Amino acid sequence: MSNSNLAVPELAAIQIDGITRQSFILRGALAAGAVYGVSTVGPFVKEAFAQDEGGGDIGILNFALTLEYLEAAYYKQGLDQVSDLDGDANELATLIQKDEDEHVKGLMAGITDAGGEPVAAPEVDFGDAFADQAAFLKLAQTLEDTGVSAYNGAGPAIQSKEILATAGSIVQVEARHAAAIRLQNDAAPTESAFDKPLDMQQVLDAVKPFVKS
Amino acid sequence: MSKQDTEAPAATERGALEELSRDDASRKRFLKMVGGAGAASAFAIFLAACGDDDDDKKDDSTAASDDKSGGGAKSDIDIVNYALTLEYLETAFYNDVLESGIVTDKNIGELATTFAKEEQEHVDALKAAVEKLGGKPVAAPETKFPLESEEEVLKLAATVENLGAAAYLGAAPDIKSPEILAAALSIHSVEGRHAAALNTATGQTIVPDGAFAKPASMDEVLKAVKPFIVS
Repeated sequence: MSNSNLAVPELAAIQIDGITRQSFILRGALAAGAVYGVSTVGPFVKEAFAQDEGGGDIGILNFALTLEYLEAAYYKQGLDQVSDLDGDANELATLIQKDEDEHVKGLMAGITDAGGEPVAAPEVDFGDAFADQAAFLKLAQTLEDTGVSAYNGAGPAIQSKEILATAGSIVQVEARHAAAIRLQNDAAPTESAFDKPLDMQQVLDAVKPFVKS
Repeated sequence: MSKQDTEAPAATERGALEELSRDDASRKRFLKMVGGAGAASAFAIFLAACGDDDDDKKDDSTAASDDKSGGGAKSDIDIVNYALTLEYLETAFYNDVLESGIVTDKNIGELATTFAKEEQEHVDALKAAVEKLGGKPVAAPETKFPLESEEEVLKLAATVENLGAAAYLGAAPDIKSPEILAAALSIHSVEGRHAAALNTATGQTIVPDGAFAKPASMDEVLKAVKPFIVS
């Protein structure tokens, strides 16, 4: 947003390998425009970007908010519905659910502070994920890993230093969740030495099966 | 660490083994190594961060034009070298731990082996990133860690990883190049994963700061690691 531009005007002017950060951001915004132009995931995504002309920090925050809604709903429903949750899994899911709720609140506040309007929570359907603990933790791992990749992919397009710092403080917690869930699943806490970033379209494709509206 | 001094330019500012910054072969070796480590998509990030051969030319150092900001703001080269120092430290720590034979628990041993490998990959990637920015990678510090017992080692590992994650978080918003930022973020979350795994192993909460991780400043981090740096 224009305010954050003014806060760090020098960022826009710095030349990096032939492109400026500003033009990189513009490129990101154009890519986002392409995403919601062709996306079939439903109105929530369009709403997320519509108010911010092709992405921008508020668009990114609303994108993140949607993912956090999804995660928060996942753990809430899982805690209600999975019948064979053992003590460790229950404790972990409870902790994570609380964190995701705080992310939702934090992002909503951040969007409002930046002059935007938080998107509404999507309607979700996680299919058979709550049939048993194994299924629950399996999809949890996918959601957390995807969350990490989504934030990492969006991070470089964030203009405001403050918003980037907030996104960073959330993604690190997502990564911690991912590692803990992976340990529960007897998987290594890392996939590789570098968490891969995903762009918005890739993330939307990944979560599409769970979003009903 | 490669010690090739192929064509050492006279002016070295920071140390001895930086000459591989002009060694194209070492860059290719690095790229091959990262690619071969099964990090295919991560590899793409570092191709971006390191550039391809086409723009691999000296005047890439325009990226370091923030040299003029010498006083207050840190340049990307400074930040990446700072991260590199921390990764050297972490790599040395795990290597010392593994060599000491103090870890007897099989699961912990596996974690330490994996993390040692990943920290080394971070070292290699960050060195290449400094070079890409036209800077010279700092030399590895000489380190010494108290390795008293398995329990103490685990605790120290958790401390170091939590600190590393906080360090990246503190530094990331100051990074100017989107490519370097992308690279730093991809390492940051891995440090967070390491920290969570070690917190689990030491019976601590995986999220010591709650739902929002706290950053650490460069000063805080350097002060915290000072006891482990001999030179």
